[in-house]
Amino acid sequence: MSEPTTGPETLLSVRDLRAYFDTDDGVVRAVDGVSFEVRRGEVFAVVGESGSGKSVTATTIMGLQPTVRIASGEVLWKGRDLLQLPEAQHGRIRGKEIAMIFQDPLGALNPVHTVGRQIGEMARIHEGASRKEAMRRAVEMLDLVGIPEAAKRARMYPHEFSGGMRQRAMIAMAITCRPELLIADEPTTALDVTVQAQVLDVLLRIKDEIDSAIMLITHDLGVVAGLADRVMVMYAGRAVETGTAPQLFYRSSHPYTLGLLAGLPRLEGPRDEPLVPIPGAPPSLINVPPGCAFHPRCSFVRADGLCRQTRPELRQATAADHRSACHELEALDGVTVESVRRAGAGR
Amino acid sequence: MISYIVRRLLLIIPTIFFALSFLFALFFVLPGDPATLIAGGANRTPDPGVIERINERYGFDDPLAVQFGDYWKRTLQWDLGESFQNRRSVNEILGDKAINSVRLAIWATLIEIVFGISIGVLSAIRRYSLADKLTTAVTALASAVPVFVLGFLLQYAFAVQPNKHGWPEWMRLRTQGIGPNTWTLFFIPTGQTWRYLALPAVVLAAASTALAARMTRGSMLEVLRADYMRTARAKGLDERRVVWRHGLRNAMLPVVTLIGLDFGTVIGAAVLTEKTFSWPGLGSEIADSVISRDLPVTMGLTLVVVLAFTVVNLIVDVSYAWFDPRICLGDEGGA
Repeated sequence: MSEPTTGPETLLSVRDLRAYFDTDDGVVRAVDGVSFEVRRGEVFAVVGESGSGKSVTATTIMGLQPTVRIASGEVLWKGRDLLQLPEAQHGRIRGKEIAMIFQDPLGALNPVHTVGRQIGEMARIHEGASRKEAMRRAVEMLDLVGIPEAAKRARMYPHEFSGGMRQRAMIAMAITCRPELLIADEPTTALDVTVQAQVLDVLLRIKDEIDSAIMLITHDLGVVAGLADRVMVMYAGRAVETGTAPQLFYRSSHPYTLGLLAGLPRLEGPRDEPLVPIPGAPPSLINVPPGCAFHPRCSFVRADGLCRQTRPELRQATAADHRSACHELEALDGVTVESVRRAGAGR
Repeated sequence: MISYIVRRLLLIIPTIFFALSFLFALFFVLPGDPATLIAGGANRTPDPGVIERINERYGFDDPLAVQFGDYWKRTLQWDLGESFQNRRSVNEILGDKAINSVRLAIWATLIEIVFGISIGVLSAIRRYSLADKLTTAVTALASAVPVFVLGFLLQYAFAVQPNKHGWPEWMRLRTQGIGPNTWTLFFIPTGQTWRYLALPAVVLAAASTALAARMTRGSMLEVLRADYMRTARAKGLDERRVVWRHGLRNAMLPVVTLIGLDFGTVIGAAVLTEKTFSWPGLGSEIADSVISRDLPVTMGLTLVVVLAFTVVNLIVDVSYAWFDPRICLGDEGGA
């Protein structure tokens, strides 16, 4: 595996991160050797099913996993390894330079403090703002994310907000200190579909406004297609394919990515077209299958047993910046989402 | 909010009516004739003439309904009658004892709030540490040890020992009575009074402090797992602020209920502590009056305890709305 490059535009560079949880049942290898980088100003999407390790990757970067064991790896933030940083210094980066937006905005906001106070707290912690100044900033931020009557809303509690407004408030909180990287962990999953689009719009607009990068964690390929510059697909704690969004969508080079795309409903297809699921279920992270973790569910699995025995590393696929971890990369040439869909429908 | 408070205050009226009516009825159901007791006790055979005069004087001959009506007529005028035993006015007894009880209760509750909550929070954030295990053991012990055992142990340690070994004066506490009984701002002891207050307050607080600590610990453990606590950490707050600023208020709801109930209880039911330390409070006075069948005293003091209890409960319920803004008092029914 070649190391990700660290150029001047690289903000975050994660190298061979292994985040394990020691449980009574065994070691949960939530993240098992993941490398990627996030560049200044881009939208970098991490895609995968639940349990693929995408959220643990994010929370480990933020230092929000108290029970995690970092078996190896570096999380380089502008050249400094966050994993080695003392807690006090990490705290100064957290929220100020890297901010996070969570999935469930109702649960993620403190029910007993006003929304304005929670947003203003960012300015109080990182900029030493006075109470009054913090409130003024909170109102400004709420206004920025498009909440009407921001001054009035700032004095209200999270339960008095609608779901979409709460997520906007979360975004307002995250951007108060104009972070360089915004980690959004499933920011729209808990929202109604109509509200999802609004929140994503806000997120993109804000990104340009404050000139930050976004690491977007999602299982929703529709969200990725509309927003992301580059994508990393994760499966069982590892990256299986990385590339630009067009590369992933139009020249998918991993059976798992192809499966995900084939499973999406299409508007333009015949109305009675059945959805094509990936057979089987994601593996337990305590007992990841040997070889390629995806091989039990893969329809391209090799007859000679290589997929079952040897773990494939990421290697170049259709372009220099398009990489896939599949032994059958060459055989996938010419396989399209459409052909996978047809093959799946015929099963 | 205001209408809620008014509704709750109105509800105090039936609460008190039924509480005291029940007590009144109980008094006449229990064995032992009050006139005989007043005349000299159950084991003697008093002169029938004396009994008759007593019955006349206190109206024990009247039908129960009449006595009941008279009782409420007087009570509504805040005339609580006079003691059968020594003919002291109950209002006067009340003035003496209630203040002492409330002062002791305030200190016991302050101890409960400060130590119960902080110990609970600390053992929650250091879960499974030695300190946490120690706390669990000590709190289990503290809530199990009878008040008189703990009382005597502390008396031995802080009064008997210092006297025996000639420890400096400031280390010596008093074990009996209320001392000079001087206070500022109603509840802050001045002069030597604190030496008399310290031990009964600690003993009275011990069990409830232990319970508050355990409840705070459990509640806090749940809060520590909440998503908003992770948000607070993600903001870059240090763990201390995350716990105290974002966690504590969320964890307080069940604990506030407990503390409110405890305050109500220690005002009127601190019998054992009051007896152990000869603290002249309501609890022991009520207990004495029940034993001697001194109905006016029992009823009068109980009335005040019931009042205190309901008012404290109301304060607790109103405080919920502050602790958790999601609780909207105005929208709910009366109770």
